[in-house]
Amino acid sequence: MISNLDYTTLQQLWWIIIAIVGALFLFLTLVQGGQTLLWQIAKTDLEKSLVITCLGRKWEMPFTTLVLFGGALFAAFPKFYATSFGGAYWVWMLILFSFIIQAVSYEYRKKPDNLLGARVYELFLFINGSLGILLIGAAVGTFYTGSNFTLDLYNRVTWDYTLAGINLRGLEAAFSLFNLCLGIFLVFNARVLGALYLLNGIDLSSTPDLESRLRRQVWSNFFIALPFLLYVLISLLTMKGFNVDNTGTVSLTASKYLSTLLAMPYLPIILLCGIILVIYGVFSSSFKQSNQGIWFSGLGTIFTGLVLLILPAFNNTAFYPSKLDLQSSLTIYNASSSMLTLTIMTYVALGIPFVLAYVVYVWKLMDSKKLTVDEVNEESY
Amino acid sequence: MIDVDLSMVNWARGQFALTAMYHWIFVPLTLGLSFLCAFFESIYLRTGKEEWLSITKFWMTLFGINFAIGVATGIILEFQFGTNWSNYSWIVGDIFGAPLAIEGIFAFFLEATFFAVMFFGWNRVSKRFHLFSTWMVAIGSNLSAVWILVANGWMQNPVGMIFNPETARFEMHDFAQVVFNPVAVSKFVHTSSSGFLMASLFVLSISCWYLIKGRHVQMAKKSIIVACVFGLLSSGYVAFTGDESAYEVAQKQPMKLAAVEGLYKGETKAGIVAAGILNPHKKPGDNQDPFLIKMQIPYLLSILANRSLNSFVPGIDDLVYGNAKQGIESVESKMIKGKKAIKNLALFKQAKKDKDDPKAKLALEKFKENQEYMGYGYLNNPEESIPSVAIPYYAFHIMVTLGTLFPIIFALFLFYGLKDSLTQKRWLLPIGLISAFLGLIAQQSGWVVAEVGRQPWAIYGLLPVKVSTTNLAVGNVQTTFFMFLGLFTLLLAAEIKIMLKQISIGPSEGR
Repeated sequence: MISNLDYTTLQQLWWIIIAIVGALFLFLTLVQGGQTLLWQIAKTDLEKSLVITCLGRKWEMPFTTLVLFGGALFAAFPKFYATSFGGAYWVWMLILFSFIIQAVSYEYRKKPDNLLGARVYELFLFINGSLGILLIGAAVGTFYTGSNFTLDLYNRVTWDYTLAGINLRGLEAAFSLFNLCLGIFLVFNARVLGALYLLNGIDLSSTPDLESRLRRQVWSNFFIALPFLLYVLISLLTMKGFNVDNTGTVSLTASKYLSTLLAMPYLPIILLCGIILVIYGVFSSSFKQSNQGIWFSGLGTIFTGLVLLILPAFNNTAFYPSKLDLQSSLTIYNASSSMLTLTIMTYVALGIPFVLAYVVYVWKLMDSKKLTVDEVNEESY
Repeated sequence: MIDVDLSMVNWARGQFALTAMYHWIFVPLTLGLSFLCAFFESIYLRTGKEEWLSITKFWMTLFGINFAIGVATGIILEFQFGTNWSNYSWIVGDIFGAPLAIEGIFAFFLEATFFAVMFFGWNRVSKRFHLFSTWMVAIGSNLSAVWILVANGWMQNPVGMIFNPETARFEMHDFAQVVFNPVAVSKFVHTSSSGFLMASLFVLSISCWYLIKGRHVQMAKKSIIVACVFGLLSSGYVAFTGDESAYEVAQKQPMKLAAVEGLYKGETKAGIVAAGILNPHKKPGDNQDPFLIKMQIPYLLSILANRSLNSFVPGIDDLVYGNAKQGIESVESKMIKGKKAIKNLALFKQAKKDKDDPKAKLALEKFKENQEYMGYGYLNNPEESIPSVAIPYYAFHIMVTLGTLFPIIFALFLFYGLKDSLTQKRWLLPIGLISAFLGLIAQQSGWVVAEVGRQPWAIYGLLPVKVSTTNLAVGNVQTTFFMFLGLFTLLLAAEIKIMLKQISIGPSEGR
């Protein structure tokens, strides 16, 4: 069956797969969100150990998902991989740096003779959870706002945006209000998810202060995230988009994303469900003392992320537009791998449900008992 | 032609070398130590003795410390293909990206998922499931090596693809050829077994320190036995697959073989250099002796390269300047053809843009006549096709010498370990103590041979490194080079300090 799929279907399928991986990554940023909460919610060493250990059991998940996100883009859309990573050099480099320092921090923070001291490793975790996620948001924002590149006949990228004579190589993405708002929303949404996950994963019976702080954080971070989300959503409905006509010519078109939402009505439905689920998770945890909010807000984040990643790529839209030369813009059709590679990768993707199944099984197994003080005293990060 | 900022290329090259070499300090340990942890835990489950649990937990702690920094240094390698080598990413992404994505889907998630159980599941899952998880981490780690080495093997010996002039890139033609590329297969087996060997040396080294200090003696003796059995078996594989790798290099990358042997003029019945000092003034094409002194084993290079005693092994001069008698074309001739291919590809692309189909058709026909030489068209002179000779030569001989030494070390320790007389052999223990450092040198040397010997090619014979880079100002790459150098050095220092502290604390009190 897979070998009978046409090229266009494969290209669309692979963008959807990447969107799903990206949306799952946004859910898993609960780890990053939790990291940024550490200094606010954990006032004692014991509380810190509880928080870090609870998050530490999952730190590899967003990390691995990000690596898969990159690998899948490389395999399925190599022109995007080359253009974006090579072009928006500094954005990606800083994101990577924030993940490098995260990777060692859980393991090294509490180890004796760790050279830098626990506080520095905690700072590393904070940088990863704040700057790292903010820049990821800004990078995703360029799917809508465009970037400053041109491609030559051989698809070699030239990036051109200078400030005071310095080519910013992608850092200018953070100067766009839309990109910035998306980034800030993702940071605070991650903090909401982090607080919800900690409420769910830790046995808080012996640390009631921690519990009340977590519940407060759920609400307050959601409250901060909301205006940024609203700005992003209103902008999406009103902004110009990068339309591709039948001849492949790219032009700026009014209300492009609104027309895509209308043309693909299941997208606004999924988006609405996503937002409602996020809100339900927040309210149930803040006001009903539930500890299950993470599943609602998590699913809601996946839905919202899915729409945010699908919207700029479908309905004849350039998903990685160039502001400098509209005709250099990338679509899922001109940026993809060959049909054979996409076909092979689709066979490979049949393994993803199996991978997801054992990830979910082990997650359930490991989280079936809440993390207790006794356990942390025995084994902790 | 492409304007190339050579200093930028070299900084990018240096950055890749830096990050890859840092990464490779930790990866071999992960590959092997994960299996050793699985062995120790399996013995614990089989015997039920708490001392094996203590041994397992101790080595697992060291594994975890090493694993974290291995992951940290690894993420940059994948993304560096995009940031610093974007032209490469576009030109070969259709083939090269797939193994990286498969690695992510099947290997990284296996590691990541079960790593949490391995470290935090002792009281949360059954003993059997915990052991299963430890095995899954070991399998996941090594599965990741499979795919990254498939990718690397393809760079060394590009197969299973065609060049598409429309898109000006290489595209997948036969996935099975890419996966079962003989270079990739021998590379994986050689690399993973050398990782097992490295981890065995690591366990041996630390255990010897305990024996010298008279601490945790029983644990050290038990660890040595397991590590030496694993190390000895791995040494056999390393030797066998090393020979296979050398054969593949001789067949697919003769220039690399000539460089690692310091062979300038090709020979029939060629001998292998067992040891020697290169003449630093030797230049390709001149008549100076390449060696100041050397000790050679007759016939062995011909056997190793072609499995035939009387076969001809080409030298650097033959490969660069041609050897009509042996049917070897000169690089200059290939360059002329390559430049024609590049010119006709440009004409084809322009004609397509101008929608001039007859002109495009003609240019395409002319391009196809010479397309296999296109990579040579980017070279400025024939000598550019020669890698550094000294670096791969010395690296190769260091690797082989150490590789010969390791099985002897394992055999001695296993022998005295089984006789339970290790503590009486005080002369042997310091050798065991330093063996991990020797292993590390051998590991790094191996990759130096593979990668320096491959220069100037990113994709062997098809795409030179200098046209693979991103169009970046040199300052960007210099800055990130020093950022990585500083950060990785800092993290390495932290890792060593933590590791030493954990070793000094010892098994039962560890973590």
